[in-house]
Amino acid sequence: LVFTEEDKYGLYSSLLFKYFLAEGIVCGHDLFVASAKEHPDNILKELPAPLLDDTHGKELGDEAAAVKSEDFQDSMKIAWRYQNLPKMEASPTTHTKFGHYYDVSKKMPPELCQSVKWHSFYLHEELPFEPKMKTWNMNSGYARLLQSIQRIISQEGFDGSDPQKKQRNVLRIGIQSLGSVLWGDDVCCSDAPEDPHSLTKFLYVLRGLLRKSLSACIITVPAHLMQNKAIMERVTNLSDIVVGLESFIGSERETNPLYKDYHGLVHVHQIPRLNSLICDVSDTKDLAFRLKRKLFTIE
Amino acid sequence: QGKFTLLRDTRTDGSFLVHHFLSFYLRAGCKVCFVALLQSFSHYNIVAQKLGVSLAAAKERGQLVFLEGLKSCLDLLFGEEEQPGQPSPLQFLSSDLRALFDFVRASLTPSGCDSWKGPVLLLDDLGVLLSLGAAPVAVLDFIHYCRVAVCCQLKGNVLVLVHSNEDSEDEENELVVNSLCHHSDLILWAEGLATGFCKDVHGQMKIIKRLSLRQAAEQDLVQIYQYKIQDRNVTFFAPGLSAAVL
Repeated sequence: LVFTEEDKYGLYSSLLFKYFLAEGIVCGHDLFVASAKEHPDNILKELPAPLLDDTHGKELGDEAAAVKSEDFQDSMKIAWRYQNLPKMEASPTTHTKFGHYYDVSKKMPPELCQSVKWHSFYLHEELPFEPKMKTWNMNSGYARLLQSIQRIISQEGFDGSDPQKKQRNVLRIGIQSLGSVLWGDDVCCSDAPEDPHSLTKFLYVLRGLLRKSLSACIITVPAHLMQNKAIMERVTNLSDIVVGLESFIGSERETNPLYKDYHGLVHVHQIPRLNSLICDVSDTKDLAFRLKRKLFTIE
Repeated sequence: QGKFTLLRDTRTDGSFLVHHFLSFYLRAGCKVCFVALLQSFSHYNIVAQKLGVSLAAAKERGQLVFLEGLKSCLDLLFGEEEQPGQPSPLQFLSSDLRALFDFVRASLTPSGCDSWKGPVLLLDDLGVLLSLGAAPVAVLDFIHYCRVAVCCQLKGNVLVLVHSNEDSEDEENELVVNSLCHHSDLILWAEGLATGFCKDVHGQMKIIKRLSLRQAAEQDLVQIYQYKIQDRNVTFFAPGLSAAVL
């Protein structure tokens, strides 16, 4: 469960979100895109185009390490897989290739988008939540989303419930701007939210769904709007990976000579320690990102 | 025996303590009830195997009762109508923690044919209950009931993991953690180094033996070690004496 704190204007987190989905398409994974802000159809039209292998060398040129996303290793385990955020490599001539590269100045060709199965959830087009089952006790938008995700996981066999299915696939779930007012939650606009537990309950159930299926999920949240920091602490504990993006737009860092080549900072707040006593901590802790015409880089 | 141990972490992940005690008590032949709220069974099983214990086998022979919170929660929300007389231990999603306590007590109360050494309740982690809507007082009550049942009546041990942050704004969590500290017999506090991450020293462990709890005039005994976590092991050493430095 990858939890991303959005940058102030949501520009860069939205880019990261699209990278996650784009990688899913290139890997042939199924997608589930949920939003209360933009219609998922529109999000999918805006994905960056993948760079083909033969042009890749030319495109990168002397660029330092590019963003990579770890390729999924399919496995027979029902255990949940997660996606690590970019691995750091000092040299641009990397031979261990994780995932694919993308050109943000071009859109992903529609034929490629259509090549995978994708499910969308646009809150405002969904039917209202019918609490016919059990006591959910959470924001109805979230409940509806959970129902939808559970239904897809179950129907499409991501939880191993269909033994007939020959080839297991991975489901990539992307949820945009969770917690924002558009989801019907006031956790981002009030110091004392009406239902402070809705978001954390949602995450708990989502975590359960991810753990029991071959799926991974990225969530972006406008954390800078949250006045109640206690909720952010709890959300961090419930997530596997927590990353925050801080853009320099409109901040004093914009003019700081140290940051002149960059557009913002990447804060890795938490990395997962799964199935092991140890975790994979990289040596580099101070990360910054920049967006050039074609490439989004984290170094 | 009959002890309440608080496992606490700040600025780091103290779950290695949970893995340790889980395999420790199973190897010692105790009956263990593990309330695992945040991770899946297979996560603990894989680590336990590295530590030399099979959780699956322990479950099979009735030595380990494993409550997988995530799975239980899904069964509760998406499952079929539950069988009457078998309420889900996670019923608290809508009500109080009584059902969870009943589950714990039922798991650890010895049945006639049991030959296990003392019962142990292990819980990872308490903060999840707050995140799911339980009031801090309800959580403290639940722990109190568990102590009475497990420590006093059954002469067993209770170990609970909590997270805490300095400058935390989570007042409910701070309330629970501070209250539990006061009532613990032993506190194992894993803290990330104030200087930040270090490859050779992953953190500092403060071991606080609450002697003041038993006798008014006694002082608590505090020991501090630093530690490094490895794949199958955790090594402890006196502060400043990490192998990398010597």
